[in-house]
Formats: sequence, structure tokens, C-alpha cells
Amino acid sequence: MILNKLEYRIKNTEYRIMKLDNSKQFLEGSHAVAEIIKLIKPAVVAAYPITPQTHIVEDLAKMKASGEGGFEYINTESEFAAASLLLGASATGVRTYTATCSQGLLLMTEVLFNIAGMRLPVVITCANRAVSAPINIWNDQQDAVTIRDAGWLMLYGETNQEIIDLHLLAYKLAETLRLPVMVNMDGFVLTHTYEPVLMPGQEQINKFLPPYKPAIGTYLDVKNPVTLGSLATPDSYMEIRKQLAQDIYLSSDLIKKYHTDFKKVFGRSIGDNGLVEEYKTKDAEVILVAMGSVCGTIKDAIDEMRERKQKVGLLKIISFRPFADEEVIKHLAKAKYIAVVDKSISLGSEGVLATEIKRAAYNQTKAKIQSFIVGLGGRDVTKEMIEQIIFDIKKDKTNKMHFISCTD
Amino acid sequence: MKLKYPLEVNPGTTITNKTGGWRTQKPIVDHEICIGCDVCRKVCPEGVCFPTGEKNSKGRIFYDRDLDFCKGCGLCAKECPVSAIRMENDFK
Repeated sequence: MILNKLEYRIKNTEYRIMKLDNSKQFLEGSHAVAEIIKLIKPAVVAAYPITPQTHIVEDLAKMKASGEGGFEYINTESEFAAASLLLGASATGVRTYTATCSQGLLLMTEVLFNIAGMRLPVVITCANRAVSAPINIWNDQQDAVTIRDAGWLMLYGETNQEIIDLHLLAYKLAETLRLPVMVNMDGFVLTHTYEPVLMPGQEQINKFLPPYKPAIGTYLDVKNPVTLGSLATPDSYMEIRKQLAQDIYLSSDLIKKYHTDFKKVFGRSIGDNGLVEEYKTKDAEVILVAMGSVCGTIKDAIDEMRERKQKVGLLKIISFRPFADEEVIKHLAKAKYIAVVDKSISLGSEGVLATEIKRAAYNQTKAKIQSFIVGLGGRDVTKEMIEQIIFDIKKDKTNKMHFISCTD
Repeated sequence: MKLKYPLEVNPGTTITNKTGGWRTQKPIVDHEICIGCDVCRKVCPEGVCFPTGEKNSKGRIFYDRDLDFCKGCGLCAKECPVSAIRMENDFK
């Protein structure tokens, strides 16, 4: 009886809230993503289900079935087919979407390179998951970092709110820059977690993200015939690749610009500027660098350590590609220790983000930079583990990579 | 966004997009030996051997090739019945 009453209250409150534009809703991460995609109005959604992405595409399929979603929804026989289908759809000049992760993302790899090389503005949500073998369906970020060189912009969100906001930013960037964007949300930790999110209204979205209209002659159209994805000989390939590299690198300025626009329209920000977010780094002796949902845990741990007068801070990387060197170094320059927390590993080297920070910090800081691997294959990352990292980086005389909370 | 190096290829641009860049050897035609038999034009996979319309000292219309598209396969040199074509290294 009590439960029924409670259920009734929750349902009614939810209903009332959902009626209001621009108010907070209590949504599962995956559902929030599906909702924002519905509002963004892609023309084509093609997907193959894979845990923990399933709820996103399931919800989109439901929306299509109920007539809410105005997109074509195509079930494919594999992720390779889904990506190929989107490449073709995007080449005809329409907005496209899919979600995947782990083995599915890796199966797409060849097509991902083609999408980027052909400068098609496809947007993918990657529900970050560990990669086989051993088979493991839980969260880490190995899948996305493995295809970091494919030419996609890669954005990482900490909360479900950030994830839906990043999708809006992603489409804006993709369609202006003619570059594909991948929004990374930690599998289960975000996809299956209910959080209050502020769902933007259709009018706001239309204001920030007008309908996609590519320039005539840049997409497949019988009235203006062009060939896309043609051969480039040694005479021209290198210039085209340099152009792609530069456009991605310079896109960090555009992220800042659109982030300002985003703030004007929606009244909230994504990190500091859409690229990074600093948390108590100004006087910090030790700065942790991380990306994704683990930043939430780290912030809590930092608050506790600050109470004990430990000068600890966090730099959250939102944009992994492009990697905003200047923004990153600006916050790290004064620290004595920089602990880079990775939920992935480049086997035979160290954490991928750690390598990146070391590259960006070359000749810019004298701090000790060390790689810490946490939470592979969904192992919980606790506040104690964050404190362990702070302890380790100060104590360890070497610069070797550490596995945190690994029994062996 | 306008790309400095556009990726779309327009119809009818096969002539402007040169494909001779990957050649390592180029055919040299000796116009005096050429008998204008048309064999090189027939065997050329790229269709770049053509009669020049000019006559040599023996009154024969001699042939030449378009190096913008010749990929240096050497078929013309191999098939020429009077060995008027020889392959030479193409230096850049």
C-alpha cells in the first residue's frame, strides 16, 4: 500500500514535470540520450544492440514504433553494417545517429576511419565498455581510446546532464566542421543510472542547432552529381590528411566558441569551456587528471582530503580529441605531482591519457607525471583508491605505471 | 565549412585529375623510327598513346604519349614492332 502511494506520487510528479518545458526530469542515462536524440531529429538511426548501449537504441526503436520519432530506424546485421549505413545516409546530406561500444565499436573501426576521412558529420554515442578477451560487459574506456586515431572528435561526459549537453554540442560541431563526433558515456555508471536531468525544450534546441543543411555539391544529389570517397594519389593524399589533422586540432577553438553559444541558449555550461573542467587546482600540490564519470568520485575524494588540509585538485578532460594542450597545461603548470587516472591502457606502454599529458607537458612543467590504471572491466573506483593514488605518487620514487586496487 | 582541398569529385574531371604520379619509368618514343602502325594505341591500358598528326622525315604520322596519365607500364615499348619506344627511369 505504502509502495503504491509512493509510486503514485512519483508518477504524478514525473508527469507534471514532464509537462513543463525545461524542467528537471528523473531519467535513466540511456533514456535521456534517446530523448535528446529524438529532439535533435536525425533522419536516419541505424543500430545493432550491444550491452551497455542497448537501452539507448531500444528506446529509440520504441519512439519510432510509437510514432514519436520522426527518423528512419534500421536494424542492421552488425555494427559494421550500421556504420556503413550511416556513412551512406550521411553522404546524402542528412543528420544521422547510432550508439555502440566495445566489440561493436571495434567492428566499426574501418568505417569510422572512412567517415572521418570523408568528412561526414556522423554522431555516435559510445557507452564505454571493456574489450574482450576475457569477455567482460562492464565499464572501462578501452574501446574508445583504441580508436582515438580514427579522426573523430571525442568528448567525455561526467554526468548524464553533461552527456545530453554534449550531444547538442556534438551535432553543432560535426555539422559546422564536417567532422564526426563520438560522445563517450561510461557504460552502466551513466547509461543505467537514474539522475535528474534538465531536458532542453525543442525551441531552445532549434535555436542552438538549426536543421542540417549541407552546402550544395558536398553531398550525393542527382541534381548536382559528385563522387565522394574517391581515390587520392600520392600527389594529394598527404595534403588531405594534413587538412584533416589541422581541422581537428583547431576545432578546440570552435568548441570554446560554441560552448559560449550553448551557455547563452541553455544557461548552463559543460565544464569550464567544453574542453576541460578544473576542480580546486589553483593551489593544488597534487592534481589528478581523468575523464568520464570517475571524475565524480574524484571530486568527492578531493573534498574529503581538502578537509584534512591536503592540497589536491582535479583536471577533468572533456575533449580528448582534439586534445587542448594549452588549456590542460594552464591548469597543470603549478602542480608538483600530476597523477593521471586512466580507465584504459595502451598495452606495452601505459595509460593512454597519461601519455597524452606527458606529451602536452613536455618542457612545460617540472612536475612528476605518473600513470595510474583504475577500474578496468568495471571494477569499482572508490574514494579510498583515489587517496591511494595521492599516497603512491608522493611515495614512489620511480615513474612507473601503477595498477590501483589490483590484487597482484 | 569550405575545405581547401575538397573531397568531392565533380563529373568530367578525369581529364583534370592527373594520374601519372605513381610512374617509375616513362616511355620515350623515337619519332624517326615510328611507323605509325597504331599498335601502341591499341595496347595502352590508359589510352594515352595517340597519333600526333605530324609527319617524320619518312612521311609517316608518328605517335606519342600523354605523360599526365601514363603510368609507365611499358606495354607499348614491349609491343612496338619496330622498337621505337624505350623505357627510361622517370626522375622527379
